[in-house]
Amino acid sequence: MIKEVFNKPTKWSVMKSLILKEIDDLIIGSMGIVAFISFFIGGVVAIQTALNLTNPLIPKSLIAFATRQSVILEFAPTFISIIMAGRAGSYITSSIGTMRVTEQIDALEVMGVNAINYLIFPKIVAFTLYPFVIAISMFLGIMGGWLAGVYGGFVGSDQFLEGIQTDFIPFHVFYAFLKTFVFGMLLATIPSFHGFYMKGGALEVGKASTTSFVWTSVVIITVNYIITQLLLS
Amino acid sequence: MIEIKDIEKSFGDTKVLKGISTTFETGKTNLIIGRSGSGKTVMLKTLLGIHTPEKGSISFDGRIYSELTRDEKRSLRTEIGMVFQGSALFDSMNVEDNVAFPLKMFTNKRGREIKDRVNEVLERVNLVDANYKFPNEISGGMQKRVAIARAIVNNPKYLFCDEPNSGLDPETSILIDELIQEITREYDMTTVINTHDMNSVLQIGEKIVFLKNGIKEWEGTNEQILETRNKSIVEFVYSSELFKKVRESLLEEDDEERKQDLNIKDE
Ligand SMILES: Nc1ncnc2c1ncn2[C@@H]1O[C@H](COP(=O)(O)OP(=O)(O)O)[C@@H](O)[C@H]1O
Ligand SMILES: [Mg+2]
Repeated sequence: MIKEVFNKPTKWSVMKSLILKEIDDLIIGSMGIVAFISFFIGGVVAIQTALNLTNPLIPKSLIAFATRQSVILEFAPTFISIIMAGRAGSYITSSIGTMRVTEQIDALEVMGVNAINYLIFPKIVAFTLYPFVIAISMFLGIMGGWLAGVYGGFVGSDQFLEGIQTDFIPFHVFYAFLKTFVFGMLLATIPSFHGFYMKGGALEVGKASTTSFVWTSVVIITVNYIITQLLLS
Repeated sequence: MIEIKDIEKSFGDTKVLKGISTTFETGKTNLIIGRSGSGKTVMLKTLLGIHTPEKGSISFDGRIYSELTRDEKRSLRTEIGMVFQGSALFDSMNVEDNVAFPLKMFTNKRGREIKDRVNEVLERVNLVDANYKFPNEISGGMQKRVAIARAIVNNPKYLFCDEPNSGLDPETSILIDELIQEITREYDMTTVINTHDMNSVLQIGEKIVFLKNGIKEWEGTNEQILETRNKSIVEFVYSSELFKKVRESLLEEDDEERKQDLNIKDE
């Protein structure tokens, strides 16, 4: 099944435009919601941390440190991936599922097109750009924390900038991007196969999108646990 | 010519095709008819290679499908055009791109050449000025025309149509039927059409295969079908209200003529 994705590839001239279209739909099209959520979640994390720091002995720069850690380690890679399972995943399942129920996939196969390669490969390629989305999410999350911290009067700008540089461990960034990459592949494939192998009519397309969202989320959360256990403990 | 011998196809425990043999002739519109659920679509998809039969052989002008290599199968596929029941146009592409699709995928033709060929077939199916419309912006009849154009754009030797009239009004149905028949003759294709529409049966049924419960119950031409005494055929043919009324009124006329005959004799 996975092998079929890379088997008997589609002509490059056709594939190129498919890939560009998927990048536009799945990656660029998701940037708005990702930016919005990242920015505000970053702000909320900063405020929550500030409100819980009642001990005057703890330096205020800890707010920045905590925001950075939460955003880079979990909120950006995992939380955003769950959002993406809803946004891009449902879109993938319903668009491929609709092609299945309206016999468009049969039409491709009758013509001799490897439908799995034609439909799924471009999505996988598009999702190799997913780490860029998460990098932007991390940046905006920390920005959000900074603005909320400074303008909420919880921490000085200098203290915050100092805090985000405290105890910086490059391996954490590697860990975050490694799991981001894995989640990207899951986001491209699980919803695709749910759409591709579905049966029935329009009603089932809706149901398939829902099941696909649930499964993608469950797998992402589980894989997140496994990777974290393996790499960080 | 497509020859099939003793085809059997099951899904799980249910046998849908129970040993069917027949031939579909070149340059003619061959019909597979039967009630809904009788196995017409499964039969067509088996011919297409979407379903693999458990038993039997299918030969395309002497080439036995199951004995072909992977490459030979692939090249045979490019000789086949298919019109799906719901047209199955790619809804992310406009009319022109839909029709151009097989050319872009399977030929080395370039921009201008592709465009010319696309316009040529669109003109052939009487669809002009719709190149840049999307499938959901045109009527069912126009979608069918696009589907036919896409099926014939690469000069196929074999054309398969699954219920080409479903969802169309009677007038448009006739036009689509005629179009398929004309194109079949012009391109000298072997055309196989699934239908349960009696109008099509009478109009373009040059060769008819009647399926019932996965068995070939009868075969013949549109002239023979009205004369046969096969009970299943008679039931099928006269299942439409219109045909029933026509038949009843014919029988009534018969009765009256007989009565008049009797009256004459009485006097
Ligand atoms: N992919 C499939 N899996 C299981 N059963 C199928 C499949 N396709 C068709 N069938 C069954 O085969 C029978 C014939 O269906 P079909 O060929 O679609 O009939 P029709 O003559 O209306 O086109 C039906 O009972 C249908 O339920
Ligand atoms: Mg059918």
